[in-house]
Amino acid sequence: MAKKITLPITEEDIENLKAGDSVLLSGSIITGRDAAHKRLFELLEEGKELPVNINGEIIYYVGPAPAKPPYAVGPAGPTSSYRMDKYTPALLDRGMKGMIGKGARNKEVVDAVVRNHCVYFAAIGGAAALIAKSIKSEELLCYEDLGTEAIRRYEIEDFPCIVVIDSKGNNLYESEPPKYRVSD
Amino acid sequence: MEIRKIKADTVTKTVKQLFMDCNYFIDDSITKALKEFKEKEKSPVGRDVLSQLLENNEIAAAEQIPICQDTGMAVLFVEYGDKVVIEDGSFKEAVEQGVREAYDEGYLRKSVVSDPVFDRINTKDNTPAVIHTEIVKGDKIKFLVGGKGFGSENMSAIKMLTPSYGAEGVKDFILETVRKAGPNPCPPIVVGVGIGGTFEKAAQLAKKATFRPIDTENPDPRYAAMERELLENINKMGFGPAGLGGNTTALGVNIETYPTHIAGMPVAVNICCHAARHKEAEI
Repeated sequence: MAKKITLPITEEDIENLKAGDSVLLSGSIITGRDAAHKRLFELLEEGKELPVNINGEIIYYVGPAPAKPPYAVGPAGPTSSYRMDKYTPALLDRGMKGMIGKGARNKEVVDAVVRNHCVYFAAIGGAAALIAKSIKSEELLCYEDLGTEAIRRYEIEDFPCIVVIDSKGNNLYESEPPKYRVSD
Repeated sequence: MEIRKIKADTVTKTVKQLFMDCNYFIDDSITKALKEFKEKEKSPVGRDVLSQLLENNEIAAAEQIPICQDTGMAVLFVEYGDKVVIEDGSFKEAVEQGVREAYDEGYLRKSVVSDPVFDRINTKDNTPAVIHTEIVKGDKIKFLVGGKGFGSENMSAIKMLTPSYGAEGVKDFILETVRKAGPNPCPPIVVGVGIGGTFEKAAQLAKKATFRPIDTENPDPRYAAMERELLENINKMGFGPAGLGGNTTALGVNIETYPTHIAGMPVAVNICCHAARHKEAEI
């Protein structure tokens, strides 16, 4: 049974989420991937103000395909998270509460998730047409010049994902495969 | 054989249709494999992921929208008949125009940047494409194309093995590459392997192998056996659908080979996600 969570996510929500939980998220999230992360990170390094308020936000690693009328958004599945590993700890230390992506994270990210009491969700890679059905609208926030990589705000309803790294540091990508591994 | 004239516009229209179709309609062999593996999948989460992928692909086909938002960099293998002359334009420009129109009018994502290291500015029309052209005998042009997503492309690897490594060395390198990729390339994956030729030939063969339907096998029974053995061993790794655990890590392994040098045995492994998109046409 999937847990329904209404965003913004609370400390209590995060405390109760465990690696392996199926979750349906509703509310608002922001998007960003490689190029946007690089820009945000560089601004933080220079001690400058960010163009979006990341405090309490969940960021979705996505670069959507264009919307085909009459749809509000195009197919929008997750992109590989590890490419954001270099930038993620700094964003979590500044108040971001979670990420939605796919695939493994490095130790620095897991440590930052635990240190800041955050959560990492995985959406299903390649299920872009299905996922788009739970995205109700989009709004451009900044970095329009990046095209698909711009930072947007999505209003989502019952967006399906799975807790992969919880606030205690439990990691589904570490714990699950060994259960199904067959040695000769 | 007479010289045959083909209009540049015919090339453009063919290429455009192929790229739109390959992004909306998954190959039948993938659908068949997803269904078969779902029956055998031991992980409940894994079965659920496979069901969602099947549902996703049905939505994409019914609504003619991309299966995955990463509609890829456009890759074409072209067999160009030596009796063909392009009329009213050039072949290269006609192909690029087909890619441009497909990605623009087909609501496909533009994912190409102009310069790999410094500028990284989106070209906004998904060109240029990667075009591999072989001149063959005849008066036709055959296209084998695919949109290659980079979540899986980034997990690919090549190694210049030497002859003493033998078949075991080849298999070890392929398995090591898949193991390193782990949950990242959107499993269940299709593994394309190119063995032989030179450094770049092996890589091209590996890409071409990912464009082969997975219900086919290498015509040489020794390589066909290697494909089956590798698939079995990859599915013992436990990564499973979406990397969340399970016994469906790969749907297929396709091997292509080419003669090579006395001193060498290059092996390239091109990883492809479950959205293994490819289409072909002849004009």
